[in-house]
Amino acid sequence: MSTLVRGIGRLGGLVRGSIYGLGAFTRLFATILARSGIALKRPGLVSQQIHFIGNYSLLIIAVSGLFVGFVLGLQGYYTLNRYGSEEALGLLVALSLTRELGPVVTALLFAGRAGTSLTAEIGLMKAGEQLAAMEVMAVDPIRRVLTPRFWGGVIAMPVLAAVFSMVGIIGGWVVGVLLIGIDSGAFWSQMQSGVDVFNDVLNGVLKSVIFGIAVTLIALYEGWNAKPTPEGVSRATTRTVVSGSLAVLGLDFLLTALMFSN
Amino acid sequence: MTREKTDFWVGLFVLLGIVALVFLALRAGNLSSFSLAPTYQVQARFDNLGGLKVRAPVKSSGVVVGRVSSISFDNQRFQAVATLDMESQYQFPDDSSASILTSGLLGEQYVGITPGGDDKMLAQNSTIKYTQSAVVLEELISKFLYSSASKEGTAKDAPAGTPAAKP
Repeated sequence: MSTLVRGIGRLGGLVRGSIYGLGAFTRLFATILARSGIALKRPGLVSQQIHFIGNYSLLIIAVSGLFVGFVLGLQGYYTLNRYGSEEALGLLVALSLTRELGPVVTALLFAGRAGTSLTAEIGLMKAGEQLAAMEVMAVDPIRRVLTPRFWGGVIAMPVLAAVFSMVGIIGGWVVGVLLIGIDSGAFWSQMQSGVDVFNDVLNGVLKSVIFGIAVTLIALYEGWNAKPTPEGVSRATTRTVVSGSLAVLGLDFLLTALMFSN
Repeated sequence: MTREKTDFWVGLFVLLGIVALVFLALRAGNLSSFSLAPTYQVQARFDNLGGLKVRAPVKSSGVVVGRVSSISFDNQRFQAVATLDMESQYQFPDDSSASILTSGLLGEQYVGITPGGDDKMLAQNSTIKYTQSAVVLEELISKFLYSSASKEGTAKDAPAGTPAAKP
């Protein structure tokens, strides 16, 4: 009897805990938004974060984009060749990159490359009682530490996704035109006739902005709520990658259903 | 790193993002085919639009001269009405005809304009009188089957020995 009661109690605790977490997450989001004035007042802080989050992620994003483009070119050619429409390779590469792969793969890499460092940094600040010291000095740590990082991530993410898509298309061009020998004119003209600026490119950018908000916010939340111990920080960093990636994939399904269902 | 140096690298980073977006819009996307040229609206009624979509091209002799801006249904005449945004630099005679064609066997559908011989040109909000509906493959096949079946029927009815030349 008591095990049954305990089991049901644990289930209830799990539900309550996740609802509590969602509430705290939303409250942190609202607090950061309410204190975003600092981003305009001291843009140097934000640009420092963009430099750290964006510039240093550029290499991994560009290299992965290039290889994703290579693979798309090879695999797409294999399938399209069966139907004798190799010229559509440019269209296939460009559509899959701008609509899906660009934003999603960039967000996954972003969670691994930038999200973890954000969580670890804030978690260690908390463990070293730096955040508490700031509060003692009447400096709001959410305003001074979290908000510039949030805006840095939100600005860097769409830029990285656009670079990923561009490099990927160039990679597809290298494989399709230079290696396999598809006609270059047909490659680009099929792409241009099939890719719509508003429907495909702009929706991809919108997706990457939303992913940037989600991943950065999850990273900040996990760091902010980490247990101030070495183990707690390492767990928080792991949780950032896991829940950040899951949030990106889940959001991607929702956004795709909303944007491209017609 | 000094503040100015950071700002410089961040500026370069954002610039790279803008370059990438412009590349996606112009080189990969169809922004370059967007024209802000002045247009005039012309309506055309069709019995069947087939798979015509809004923003489908309007072509004459294979050149894009406009786009389909809206598609609606006229409940008085029970016909589909397509509104075409024609570029003002291309003028067509009043008795031009519009037909719905397909590019390639499986391509998308577009409106083809065949110019007529009238001196008067199509004006804003005028209607194209002569239209030809989309070809629906199923109707074509059923027509073909029907005609071949009836042909077989007449061939059997004809007495043996005489050529089946009866009308």
